[in-house]
Amino acid sequence: VSTPEPEKNEAAAAAKSATAAPQPQPEGPSRDWGVIIRNVFTAENSAMVTFLAIVLALVVGAIMIVLSSTDTMNKLGYFFAAPGDFLSSAWNEISSAYSSLFKGAIFDPATISGTPDQFFGPISNTLEYATPLIFGGLAISVAFRAGMFNIGGQGQLIVGAIFASYVGFSWTALPGALHMIVAVLAGIVGGMLYGGIVGWLKAKRGAHEVIVTIMLNYVALLFLGGWLLNTSVFHNPAAAGQAISKPAASSAVLPHLFGDQLFTDIGLLFALAAAFGVAWFFKRSKLGFEVRAVGLRPSAARTAGINVSRVQIASMLISGALMGLIGVTQTLGLANPNNNSLSPNIDAGLGFSAITVALLGRTKPWGVVGASLLFGALQAGGALMQTQAQVSIEIITVIQALIVIFVAAPQLVKEIFRLRAHRIDTGKGGEEAPPSVDPFHTTETITVAGGEE
Amino acid sequence: MSTASATGNATTTVAAVVPDTRSKLISGLAEAIIGALALWGFGLSSRVGDNTHTLFGLKFDPNQVGGLSPISAPSQPVALALSSLAILCGLVRAFAPMTRKVQIWVDGVYFASIVLAFLVWVAAGSTVGLNIPSIIALTAAGAVPLILGSLSGLLCERSGVVNIAIEGQFLFGAFSAVITASSTGSLWAGAIAGCLGGALMGSLLAVFANRYLIEQVVLGVVLNLLALGITGFLYKSLMQTNQSSYNSVSQFDSFRIPGLASIWVIGPVLFDQPLIIYLTVFLVVLVHLGLFRTRWGLRTRAVGEHPAAADTVGIKVLRLRYRNVMLGGAFAGLGGAWLVGNVGNFTEAMTNGKGFIALAAVIFGRWSPFGALAAAGLFGFTDALANQTSSLQLPVPSDLLSTLPYVATLFAVAGLIGRVRAPAADGKPYIKG
Repeated sequence: VSTPEPEKNEAAAAAKSATAAPQPQPEGPSRDWGVIIRNVFTAENSAMVTFLAIVLALVVGAIMIVLSSTDTMNKLGYFFAAPGDFLSSAWNEISSAYSSLFKGAIFDPATISGTPDQFFGPISNTLEYATPLIFGGLAISVAFRAGMFNIGGQGQLIVGAIFASYVGFSWTALPGALHMIVAVLAGIVGGMLYGGIVGWLKAKRGAHEVIVTIMLNYVALLFLGGWLLNTSVFHNPAAAGQAISKPAASSAVLPHLFGDQLFTDIGLLFALAAAFGVAWFFKRSKLGFEVRAVGLRPSAARTAGINVSRVQIASMLISGALMGLIGVTQTLGLANPNNNSLSPNIDAGLGFSAITVALLGRTKPWGVVGASLLFGALQAGGALMQTQAQVSIEIITVIQALIVIFVAAPQLVKEIFRLRAHRIDTGKGGEEAPPSVDPFHTTETITVAGGEE
Repeated sequence: MSTASATGNATTTVAAVVPDTRSKLISGLAEAIIGALALWGFGLSSRVGDNTHTLFGLKFDPNQVGGLSPISAPSQPVALALSSLAILCGLVRAFAPMTRKVQIWVDGVYFASIVLAFLVWVAAGSTVGLNIPSIIALTAAGAVPLILGSLSGLLCERSGVVNIAIEGQFLFGAFSAVITASSTGSLWAGAIAGCLGGALMGSLLAVFANRYLIEQVVLGVVLNLLALGITGFLYKSLMQTNQSSYNSVSQFDSFRIPGLASIWVIGPVLFDQPLIIYLTVFLVVLVHLGLFRTRWGLRTRAVGEHPAAADTVGIKVLRLRYRNVMLGGAFAGLGGAWLVGNVGNFTEAMTNGKGFIALAAVIFGRWSPFGALAAAGLFGFTDALANQTSSLQLPVPSDLLSTLPYVATLFAVAGLIGRVRAPAADGKPYIKG
């Protein structure tokens, strides 16, 4: 499956020369935590490395699919007697899995003659899956750029969901669209408050934000599942014995974006607006500038007269607000499987997948959008793959994790592809540049001379 | 992770004395106020009124004939006395000058009296009462994986590699343990395989952190995801259809230490247990001695604080980091093996966030083995308590009570512990040259 074609070798070379563009800015040995964080996420990286990372991850996924199929593995037992048996069986497994992945995520060729709703169905699923990831990726990015690591997405989105859900089912006196707007705002406020606690504890009390967020996740989770959903205010009397809240009133539910048959709600518009807002925030606003300065080097920012505590609290407030928006789409959006009511597993692990999306998008707002679309597509396709090709959806988690690892370690991707380039084409040997000590993340100085040109 | 200390240093050097006494006052008063709430909630509630008594069972096996009879304490007076003691401790801590060592003792007494007051209140009026030995046993069983996981975190972070991937190491260890133990029939082979599985995850962390220089906190999160995906996928495609041959292990046999096992109350609980529990405590002592008394430990700490300086005197920084991270992974893998041995089979995502709790224990325990042991014990204890009190008729659901350790950790991190300092080079890759 992974036999390298000449195009790929050239691609690897192109990728290499792209990242190896000389940037002669000698920097001292002092390497601040904030600098490292920022560079991981913002350093240039060619799209080709990302593409190759996706290919590699899919290849590993294919190997796992074959390994897990007992039928195919039995054929491996007599591989040398009849290799065709094994190869064709393996090929069938892989192609049926990945073709249903594609059909579930992008479009199904069989629906070309069907209705537009059928044709655009997979794409709209992808968009719906991508929506919360965009919010989450942006949230992680804002905190990260200020030098903080927000593992507390789970807790923040749960609190946001609680607020949004409460407004959704109880403030029914509000007229139509206003009800929805207030519910969305409530979700934002909820996440914001919960994120703000982290920022405050970090800035004022010096508490470690990783430990604080982990603890707050548990508090929110247990508070919701263990107590809140059993109270008379929240618990749905129609679902006796189940920890589930009253459903939100229909006026608070996010409407469909592309018509009733397609599975996308206007949360997507909020997400795109948020991406636009965060992009503006980083590029143009004073606070955004301060956030970046604090993330780069807190001591220098303080010397320059920036109030570091204030910036840290502000960035956690923004981060929490964006996480709260996930809570909104999870409760009031079409993604909610329980008729727009709150259940204990409302977070669906999104607080953590957001981190991978942020890394893949390098904490750049539009990069995050792209990464979310990719992961959303994998989720949507994985759902179909599970039903159609009987490949369990966990493989998607593996593929996502591998993509992130490969993208974060471009040197590995290049090594893998260069290794084969050597075997095929030995003419370029001898003048090979030594492997860069510092592929692209930790410093801005890249001293690799392009040895392959 | 060092931004906390980086931002903290500047403020503390400017005014070192004033915030210190103020935070001492604030935390002492906070303790006193919580004590007063306990006085009102536990001591004066109707639950302990009417001359109610609280039973504390002392027999590990409640069906045993004869043996120790339970202790019966008058609920209200005891709860009142304990909460008053707690308030007193808080006030003393706030206003009396004391050294750091005394302060830790005062905090300890405060904490113990609050917990005891709570126990007296929880079990008041119950005819069964609380079984002390089984709480201790559950605490030990729950703490073992946390201790092993936090040793993993400790070894990595002391040598300068942030380890968020403890969760993944648990999962992979558990998975390798269960599949080996089921196919060989030997749980010990499973435990060894668990160590190897954890070490494999550890080596991934080491390679990607040290060679490919991926930002380590992110790397940890991604490795957790990877472990979750791989084990979940293999569980569904291999184990679920064939539980008996791939996914069933026996429990670890207990091993009775002669002599110690006959100590009053705690003997049968603590000294008639599976070997891994003793091994865990032994490992804590070993890591402590190793870190602070041996050449290896000195080098590890040097590499974690100032790798460039360590390199100058000839220490192989990266080699030491690789070794320590893999050793840590093996510890966490053993913790994973314990988890499956305890339950008897593997289920998807069975670690359920324990790796993150272990990480919290590392930080809570201030990067020291005994601190991690104490913190893990605390988390194990509250879990055991939630388990034991769930059958008693409580006015508060036990899930809400089980948030208490997390809230307490928050308070501790924010107030009592203050600014904790990670090893200086924690999370920073070392690039020679």
